[in-house]
Amino acid sequence: MPLLKGGHAVADAWVHLDDAEPLPPDGVAVTVSGERWERERAVLLARAAPVGVRLGNGAPVEPLAADLPRLGLIALHFPKFSDGRAYSQARRLRRAGYRGELRATGNVLQDQLLLMARVGFDAFQMAASDAERRWQAAVGAYAHFYQPRRTVA
Amino acid sequence: MYRYDEFDRAFLAERTAQFRDQVARRLAGDLSEDEFKPLRLMNGLYLQLHAYMLRIAVPYGTLSSVQMRRLADVAERWDRGYGHFTTRQNIQLNWIRLEDAPDIMAALAEVEMHGIQTSGNCIRNVTADQYAGVAADEIEDPRIWAEILRQWSTNHPEFSFLPRKFKIAVTGAEFDRAAIRVHDIGLRMRRDPGGAAGFEVVVGGGLGRTPLVGRTIRDFLPKDDLLGYLEAVMRVYNALGRRDNLYKSRIKILVHDVGAEEMGRLVDAEFRAIQADGGVALDPDLVRRIQDHFAPPAYASAPADPDAVRALERADPAFARWVATNTAAHREPGHAIVNLSLKPHGRPPGDATAAEMRAVADMAERWSLGEIRVAHEQNLVLPHVRRADLPAVWRAAQEIGFATPNIGLLTDIIACPGLDYCALATARSIPVAERLADRFRDLDRLHAIGPFRINISGCINACGHHHVGHVGLLGVDKNGEEFYQITLGGNSDNDTAIGRIVGPAVSSAEVVDAIERLVETYVAIREEGETFLETCRRVGNGPFKESIYAAA
Ligand code: SF4
Repeated sequence: MPLLKGGHAVADAWVHLDDAEPLPPDGVAVTVSGERWERERAVLLARAAPVGVRLGNGAPVEPLAADLPRLGLIALHFPKFSDGRAYSQARRLRRAGYRGELRATGNVLQDQLLLMARVGFDAFQMAASDAERRWQAAVGAYAHFYQPRRTVA
Repeated sequence: MYRYDEFDRAFLAERTAQFRDQVARRLAGDLSEDEFKPLRLMNGLYLQLHAYMLRIAVPYGTLSSVQMRRLADVAERWDRGYGHFTTRQNIQLNWIRLEDAPDIMAALAEVEMHGIQTSGNCIRNVTADQYAGVAADEIEDPRIWAEILRQWSTNHPEFSFLPRKFKIAVTGAEFDRAAIRVHDIGLRMRRDPGGAAGFEVVVGGGLGRTPLVGRTIRDFLPKDDLLGYLEAVMRVYNALGRRDNLYKSRIKILVHDVGAEEMGRLVDAEFRAIQADGGVALDPDLVRRIQDHFAPPAYASAPADPDAVRALERADPAFARWVATNTAAHREPGHAIVNLSLKPHGRPPGDATAAEMRAVADMAERWSLGEIRVAHEQNLVLPHVRRADLPAVWRAAQEIGFATPNIGLLTDIIACPGLDYCALATARSIPVAERLADRFRDLDRLHAIGPFRINISGCINACGHHHVGHVGLLGVDKNGEEFYQITLGGNSDNDTAIGRIVGPAVSSAEVVDAIERLVETYVAIREEGETFLETCRRVGNGPFKESIYAAA
């Protein structure tokens, strides 16, 4: 599964822990589910290594607000490409000042890449093996956007 | 009228090219039908019973003669030579081949048209009062705002995969011709006590399986806050709208479940966050440019009450009747709004052939400054006719059969395509409309009955808006036979109401007789000057129920 960042397939530097998996020694960048983050927040924040959260699809983003400066990765999930809740989560996270990596996971397809990028995603976990080519095709498809450049000052 | 600028043209060219590429990828097998479906739907292409159906957007129902001619060309070249105007002010072509779709889009793009966002779970084509800009009772032309909303909602990155489709209607007039209370968002222009114009914001209206009248969540929203506030509504809905059940995923269910007050609070909280982040400010230059596009045309001065028209009204009662029924008051002295009835008795409501479209385009060019409107009642409107030209317009309309003096009367029936075309239908609607029109074809009788709206849907999805017909007919299936459930007392204008079911559904064979008996009952019991809707409200369903189920 290629991970796209800046248009290039890159290696995933993160370890994604299940809720039951023990924490590896400090120094390893890990992500945990939103629930586990809530439970083990103090321990995770105490680590020197980068930490990240895989936020549930329907979950509000507000509970993460205080931790945003400390998070290096937030992964948002598309259970189906047609389930658009993560677009609004992404928008709200960026508005709240989150500057770390915002990764789209799940059913991430070529024809939605540009929409995702425009609400603030900057990393894309795709199933397609030719993800780089698809990214090129997707960003090449348009240069004209009504939002925000057009209707919004 | 709004004309595309460089930006709009470049955007549409990109979309057209992108769609061509998507169709090619589908035909080559690179995209599965599942993956292709939402992409074609974003371009208005549905797979129906017999073929692909293309729904072409007519933004806020405004068309130029040039566009109408192109629609005729497309219908002729790539379809079967006719099109169907819908209750969403759009036009549908029912016999499209997938291979042709990219060329059709290119032909439409040349006249600034497309099928973008006429389907799919996104913000659909924004509809408006068909008399916008010319209505005598208007605060401001609502198309200025409909156009701003069109631009803002086009290919919106965040709101292209909503829980369900999303429909916005806007009116600038006192009298609601745009049915704003049965839309996901309805906007009605009004003035605050200081005289500034803004909007009443209504959310959560809709028909379908669960008909609900929209609730006002903002009495007065300043115009400049419109985009920020609507963005807040959309974000709340995108986050909280149900996605587990297709029939519970419209915003009306969310508003119903949390309550209008709570919905208002959620939206207000989000709106404050948007404003704190800098807001969604309108670019004043853009607003000014759009306003200029909709500036009232330079009307030549025209006599308010031309003698020749008066004389013809006296000499020819058919003309007088047409003027009384099919024209409406215009804000400019000496002018009239002319409705062309797409309900000639014995024809499917809303259909027009390529030849008829061209004739209407010619009429508009000659007598209506090249402008045409599509009404949600599935008629066409010439918005800028000089009263002195009414006799000529009447004769031209007669020639193509669009002069039936039945606007707002019983045979001005709204009907969805139904089982003749639609893959979701449980019963036919067009043939019932035709039979009713035939039964009530006598014009004296039609006019004696007075204002009367019948709406017919071929299934529970309610595209024919049967819930808000004074009489609504809903096609249902009973052991493989077509039956029709009758509702009474619905209405879609200022005092919007959902019709009440009157009793068991009646068979297709009986439905026209049943309606006729109902009409006779109304005529017998109405008080002086009382419309059917008023009588219905006064007496309830009782007397009508008796007549509907009386043995023939
Ligand atoms: S109401 Fe039903 S039958 Fe009629 S057009 Fe809509 S989906 Fe089709």
